[in-house]
Amino acid sequence: MSDRGVSIRRAAQTLGGPIALVLLAGLVSLVFSGSIELRFHNAFVITAMVVSVYVFSGNSGVISFGHVSFVALGAFSAGMFSMGVQQKGAVFKELFPFIKDNHLGNVPTLLLAAALGGLYALIIGIPLVRLNGLAAGIATFAVLGISRNVLRNWSKVGPGAKAIPAVEETTGLAQAMLALILCIVVAYAYQRSPSGRRLRATREDVAAAQGVGVRIYRERLIAFALSGAMAGFAGAVYVHLLGSVSTEQVYLDLTFLVLAMLVVGGINSLWGAVLGGLSISLVNTVLTEGEKGMSLFGWKFTLPTSTSGIVLAALMAVVLLLRPKGLSNGREFRVPGTR
Amino acid sequence: MNYVQYFIDAVALGSLYALVALGIGLIFGVMRLVNLAHGELLMAGGYTLFATNGWSAFVRVPLVVLVVVALALLMERLAFRPLRDASPATMLVMTFAVSFLLRNIAQKRWSSQGKAMNIFAGLSKAFRVGDLRIRYVTLVSIGVGAVLLLAVNLFLYRTEIGLQMRAVASDRRIAQALGMRINRIVVTAFVIAGVLAAAALLLFVPQRPTVTPDFGLQIGILALIGVVVGGMDRLAPATFGGFAIGFANSMVFSLLPKGQRVFLDSALYGLVIIVLLLRPQGLFQRERLTARV
Repeated sequence: MSDRGVSIRRAAQTLGGPIALVLLAGLVSLVFSGSIELRFHNAFVITAMVVSVYVFSGNSGVISFGHVSFVALGAFSAGMFSMGVQQKGAVFKELFPFIKDNHLGNVPTLLLAAALGGLYALIIGIPLVRLNGLAAGIATFAVLGISRNVLRNWSKVGPGAKAIPAVEETTGLAQAMLALILCIVVAYAYQRSPSGRRLRATREDVAAAQGVGVRIYRERLIAFALSGAMAGFAGAVYVHLLGSVSTEQVYLDLTFLVLAMLVVGGINSLWGAVLGGLSISLVNTVLTEGEKGMSLFGWKFTLPTSTSGIVLAALMAVVLLLRPKGLSNGREFRVPGTR
Repeated sequence: MNYVQYFIDAVALGSLYALVALGIGLIFGVMRLVNLAHGELLMAGGYTLFATNGWSAFVRVPLVVLVVVALALLMERLAFRPLRDASPATMLVMTFAVSFLLRNIAQKRWSSQGKAMNIFAGLSKAFRVGDLRIRYVTLVSIGVGAVLLLAVNLFLYRTEIGLQMRAVASDRRIAQALGMRINRIVVTAFVIAGVLAAAALLLFVPQRPTVTPDFGLQIGILALIGVVVGGMDRLAPATFGGFAIGFANSMVFSLLPKGQRVFLDSALYGLVIIVLLLRPQGLFQRERLTARV
């Protein structure tokens, strides 16, 4: 087969593998109902967040602890604008008028969240993407701390320490899957684009990439803003799934969960991001539902209470010990036996 | 006079964070490992105090040190040693998994409600000098902090294994090629870090008398931020960074107007970002040590 044929087939597999996995998971979810069905939807949305972090961290090699602040911004803006005007005015009296008096439908809130997430990422990226390594990690973590602190205490823009109640729950199977597939397609398009390739070159060797004229700052900033927009979008889909949101739900735990999914799956590939997000969600579902007593394909079992966190952490540790580069081993999806 | 009071309180908190930061910096030095689970050492010590409530302090203090050091060694052997050559991201997530695991175990065993640690009740008492109110724990913290920092420094610069530890910190491969026993050196670093964490915990008790599963996480993360801000590559800047973050935390809190104190985190993290942008190699690093690219 010609080289061109091989390259097209590889491309189809890189994009097709993750999408096929998502479709498969969606199909499996049809078997279930109630809380387990919801957990599938949850898994799709969280995985969309993992993919958004991957777009920046996977391609640039710089770990970001700050992406959940874009998720939070997306979730809070979508949540605030999808609340009914009357109810909003009654519950949160101190809001700025433009937030208090406006209501947006489902899709406009998603678009707004993506726009705000991207804008926020662009603004903080302008100074921060100059940093490398741990300094970058800590600086993005500081952004997360500030975002949470402001959202929690500035009652003119949001609910403060309370939760946003009664957001329209429009995220079902269709929207959750669609959102994830959209994120996968965008991530794929980006990593194949000239800008994405240049950024991946800087990940492998900063000096060599700069030597051939790659503008590292510019490429990182593009990826940061794009992934911020994706994270904001995922946050909005998330709030429409949960029906309510508080600052604690989009802070440390979510940050580490998303990063752990990315690294356990394999930070260097899109396949790793999707695999990590879905497989950890699956394990988590089995464990937490198992505590309540679960019946899986006719097999009934009950796990001791509050062990799920312990087992999940231990499993993640074991995976990292056995496969330090993650489940995907840092590679994109390939059908076994093909090049 | 107010400002002198703020200053004293800030120095006391700073010296506690310096102890935690020194431990984190030491482990980063010998292993290039950013240990997010370091705070859980303090948590483990806290629950040891809770479990031994009512016993004599002469038993409890050594027991806390023992438990914390044992846990530090266990982490190293089971989780970190096998990953010594893995990528920084993998190691980082591993330390997070360890932290998550320990916090979940604590939550299952003791629930998320705060448990009283009760030790050295006398330390939280205060005496007055003019307008100033000084708690005994402040003096003890500064004293113990200074003594331990000095001891670690002497150890690193006056003993054989201290010399080897510095060699490993500057280049592990070459140290290994020269026949140094890396495992022994790394284990020693974890023992020292454990002792420092235990000391820090005992001194934190008068300030934060209850332990929860998240007790160590907050302290550990703030200390880690301090280490990075100060400069990770060398021990002294890392320790000063820890001191600075504790100092700044207390100082910014005191200086913020009462109504704005809820924005302490924002002010502190804002400062962190500014310092990182101005001096990404570390606030207390003399020259630029990052790769020049």
